[in-house]
Amino acid sequence: MTEPNEDEARSEATKSALAVGAATAAYGVSFGALSVASGLDVWQTCFLSVVMFSGGSQFAVIGILAGGGTTAGTAAIASAALLGTRNGIYGLRMAPVVGNGWPKRLAAAWVTIDESTAVSLAQPTLRSQRRGFWLTGIAVFVGWNATTLVGALIGGVLGDTSAYGLDAAAAAAFVGLLWPRLKRRQAAAVAVAAAIVAAVLTPVLMPGLPVLVAALVAVVFGALNLFGEESISPRYPLSGRRRGR
Amino acid sequence: MDGDEAVTVWQIIILASIACVALKLAGYLVPASVLANPAAARTADLLTVAMLAALVAVQTLGNGEAIVVDARLPAVIVAVVLFALRVPFVVVVIAAALVAAGIRAVT
Repeated sequence: MTEPNEDEARSEATKSALAVGAATAAYGVSFGALSVASGLDVWQTCFLSVVMFSGGSQFAVIGILAGGGTTAGTAAIASAALLGTRNGIYGLRMAPVVGNGWPKRLAAAWVTIDESTAVSLAQPTLRSQRRGFWLTGIAVFVGWNATTLVGALIGGVLGDTSAYGLDAAAAAAFVGLLWPRLKRRQAAAVAVAAAIVAAVLTPVLMPGLPVLVAALVAVVFGALNLFGEESISPRYPLSGRRRGR
Repeated sequence: MDGDEAVTVWQIIILASIACVALKLAGYLVPASVLANPAAARTADLLTVAMLAALVAVQTLGNGEAIVVDARLPAVIVAVVLFALRVPFVVVVIAAALVAAGIRAVT
């Protein structure tokens, strides 16, 4: 069972994509509601979810406009860009998974976000990675936009959505998506170091910057091959390899 | 004045959106040959691990520009334990939400 089974891998990718899509959609309601509460109209709210389509950047824009109004416009744009920079780095990694052809790459760029990248790279084969990327991107796009509109329209009825624990669910989902990659010692070391760097820097840097500075951990470990393994074990062990399921 | 202000909000969200889409595209514009070097390929792979791990830390502990320990931390710890026990993804995510919601309900 060292060779990943293609059918099994594809079905795992589909399951993860739909689960992540559903969880993110639940979060879209809170974006829609908060956006309208910060003074944007329903059209502006939906424009952000359709065109910007990057949760962190969207929350930053409405948060800053709510606090500072239009005079804080420059800060709003800068924060959105800072938080969106990691998507560019994801694009670098996803380009070989997506393949060539500019219409395809343009569409891929639009749905290149934390979720689609994480689901894709958690899969064991190129085909399942491709499936995970597109399916998650589309599922999140459809769900996020639908629930943004719902949240913008019904807004206050739901109250504080954090009462449902959705913020913790989002963090837990990313832990799960990273999990299969942490079996490699180098990746696990990078993950731990990057998490510590980001947490330590959060109180001192603008939102968005801690994650980007934490990315430097990967540059250092990658360039020097710290904690690298000489003998290459199967790169993406399927679940059930060590302990039969 | 209302009209002027509406235009300004639109200008801000359009500019910010263009910036975000351009950044997403930028990664796909890097020539594939850059990743032919093993160190570069390894680093590109580790970059996604580092940023997603950093994102978990910020989502678990961050609150704007502050670090806050609240219901999210125990929920994520429970999730880590369940993933280590090979509990399926969806079940773990739901369990994490329930832990956080439960703690918030009683505190």
